Amino acid sequence: MRGHNDLLVTGAAVLGGERADVLVRGGLVVAVGPEATADTAGSGTDVERVDADGLVLLPGFVDLHTHLREPGREDAETVRSGSAAAAAGGFTAILAMANTTPVTDTGEAAEHVLDLGVAAGLADVRPIGAVTKGLQGVELAELGMMHRSRARVRVFSDDGRCVHDSRVMRRALEYVRAFDAVVSQHAQDPALAGPSACCHEGEISGRLGLTGWPAVAESSIIARDAELALHTGSRVHVAHVTTAEGVEAVRWAKRRGARITAEVTPHHLLLTTDLLRSYDPVYKVNPPLRPQEDVDALREALVDGTIDAVATDHAPHARHDKEHAFPDAAFGMLGLETAFSVVHDVMVASGRMDWAMLIERMSTGPARIAGLADHGQTIRPGSPANLVLVDPGAEVTVDPGASLSLSRNTPFAGRTLTGRVRTTILNGRITAADGEVRP
Amino acid sequence: MTRHLLSVADLDDDALRSVLSTATEMHDVQHRAVKKIPTLRGRTVINLFFEDSTRTRSSFEIAGKWMSADTINITGKGSSASKGESLRDTVRTIAAMGVDAIVMRHQASGAAHQVADWFDESGVATSVLNAGDGTHEHPTQALLDAYTLERRLGSLEGKRIAIVGDITHSRVFRSNVLALPRLGAHVTVVAPPTLMPSGVTAWAAADGFALADDLDEVIDSGVDALMMLRVQRERMAGGFFPTPREYTVGYGLTRDRLAALTAHNPDAVICHPGPMNRGLEIAADAADAASSLVLDQVSAGVAVRMSVLYHLLASDGTVEGADLRREGRATKGSHA
Repeated sequence: MRGHNDLLVTGAAVLGGERADVLVRGGLVVAVGPEATADTAGSGTDVERVDADGLVLLPGFVDLHTHLREPGREDAETVRSGSAAAAAGGFTAILAMANTTPVTDTGEAAEHVLDLGVAAGLADVRPIGAVTKGLQGVELAELGMMHRSRARVRVFSDDGRCVHDSRVMRRALEYVRAFDAVVSQHAQDPALAGPSACCHEGEISGRLGLTGWPAVAESSIIARDAELALHTGSRVHVAHVTTAEGVEAVRWAKRRGARITAEVTPHHLLLTTDLLRSYDPVYKVNPPLRPQEDVDALREALVDGTIDAVATDHAPHARHDKEHAFPDAAFGMLGLETAFSVVHDVMVASGRMDWAMLIERMSTGPARIAGLADHGQTIRPGSPANLVLVDPGAEVTVDPGASLSLSRNTPFAGRTLTGRVRTTILNGRITAADGEVRP
Repeated sequence: MTRHLLSVADLDDDALRSVLSTATEMHDVQHRAVKKIPTLRGRTVINLFFEDSTRTRSSFEIAGKWMSADTINITGKGSSASKGESLRDTVRTIAAMGVDAIVMRHQASGAAHQVADWFDESGVATSVLNAGDGTHEHPTQALLDAYTLERRLGSLEGKRIAIVGDITHSRVFRSNVLALPRLGAHVTVVAPPTLMPSGVTAWAAADGFALADDLDEVIDSGVDALMMLRVQRERMAGGFFPTPREYTVGYGLTRDRLAALTAHNPDAVICHPGPMNRGLEIAADAADAASSLVLDQVSAGVAVRMSVLYHLLASDGTVEGADLRREGRATKGSHA
């Protein structure tokens, strides 16, 4: 690993505002503005200059929802390859979901993921702990042990599965209140559709002969969890909200004062269930792609703050796990490398969101939810140098072959988006530049 | 250039008519002493059945053999898929042997479409013929139903046809609503609300069929044909209806309903794709009635499948002005 040279970023629009130079030293931002350049003069330290003319400097992105597949499915992704994809996508911190093999449901398992992330050195990898042992939804996992481990776990989730037993969810919420952790819920009542559900339930699923999840499977769990959050005083986070009804349930819960937050994925902000007409498993994701009216509701909720964060649900799969008939293929799509471009294209370039809001939804908000003090901080002297430079004027045509993930299951292949991540800076060191990592 | 029959929607109006018309010629072969024509000599057709089926597989096999094709049956239980191989690898392996067509039955909706797309993308010349994919489509069943009904009723223009039963899980229904209205029939779909597919109201409005939940009212309104669908016994535990008895009372073609059907229209006919659950969705009296076309459907199945194989695989690909050997699938994606 290279040492910490000084880094001078020149001419970037800082936080989307005025152009300024930014000096980074020892993993911290030490100066912003004219004094940054002045500080480097005669300092005697090696200075790496990054010409950021026309670029925007933002706090590095934080992903609340990444699947890294290690341990267990290292053919699909490793902590290192996932970290590389994260760095290329502008992320400085990612939270690794617990549904690995074995499941991250002990302190030791959490520390293992943490250590792999440190060894990779490309992103701040924080393990998410399982809510229940083996994701079985029956007995609580060792929540306290995971929190007390070196990994300091503060987000727990059985993601991939819903904690559908009300009693188990109540106990989980009560238990984690002791250390102000949050339970991230995959809100989808499994009983409402049955085990063969593989898409959104609606006219298209009816025509295609596919079993779908109705929107109420999502909103009913959100409403129940909001009641439990109010009852316990604990924090609940709704992973990947996908429906207008789900948005409305979150809105209602916030109005009532529940400690509830929610996230939306880039793919649910852009893609619709119509794509399933091709039966291409690249579009098979859980929760599923929804109709345009849901997409519109999600976009609106992201703007008005009902939805607090964008999270990728980056879900890499080996090619052969997708090469089955649609109902039999694996759920999930890649997301880390395309997240910013999708959100920029859909929300910023379209005028729906400004830079401040983008920062809040992709950096500050998720860092706050996950309790990551070193990320999502305003760029000013003294703040951790976890940063990303983006080029709002550049177009990106998504090429799966260029992905740093070990998998290729991106639904955006061939799609051209506006907005490109140029440079990612983790603890003052460049981790990725123009899609290539710097080990 | 691959050519496939994945959905009834893959057939334009000329092609639909042409398949039915050629089936008439093929039906004559069935009644010859020597049931063999050389049309597909030297062609190889694989019946790749990942899901159990007796009548459809036999029907395709007979159709192929009578047309002198080399037909080979592969079932799911003995295939590499049962050993964990991906569907793509399984079908590409088979196609690599140089077969001309794969007749494919699969328990998953869309499987035949995916295989056709994989072949198209990689330039594999093998045709894919959908012999039933999950709860999606069964195009040759709809073609044989239309053929059978036309033989008995004459033109379907203005004919009233009710499709009754487990609509949600029926690929027969999904293919028939794409075929029968295009032949001029007025189709009404009858089922308890729990067995109607999601979004069916908008779908019916767009595609031109009616919905009903009272079978007696439909029968009393006068129909020319009742198409009874099999109640899939594995669905009974799914909470779609309380008991088999209650289903029969509400939606079975009982002896009383058979009488009402005939009273309103003495020429009304009964169809069933089989296998039948006698006493559940159809009473024995109805299944064996003179108005029952169940065995005619089976017989027509061979003729229609011969016709389809002819159109997909015969050397010049044309028949009486209609050309089914279109480049690619004219309506790819429009099946939905």
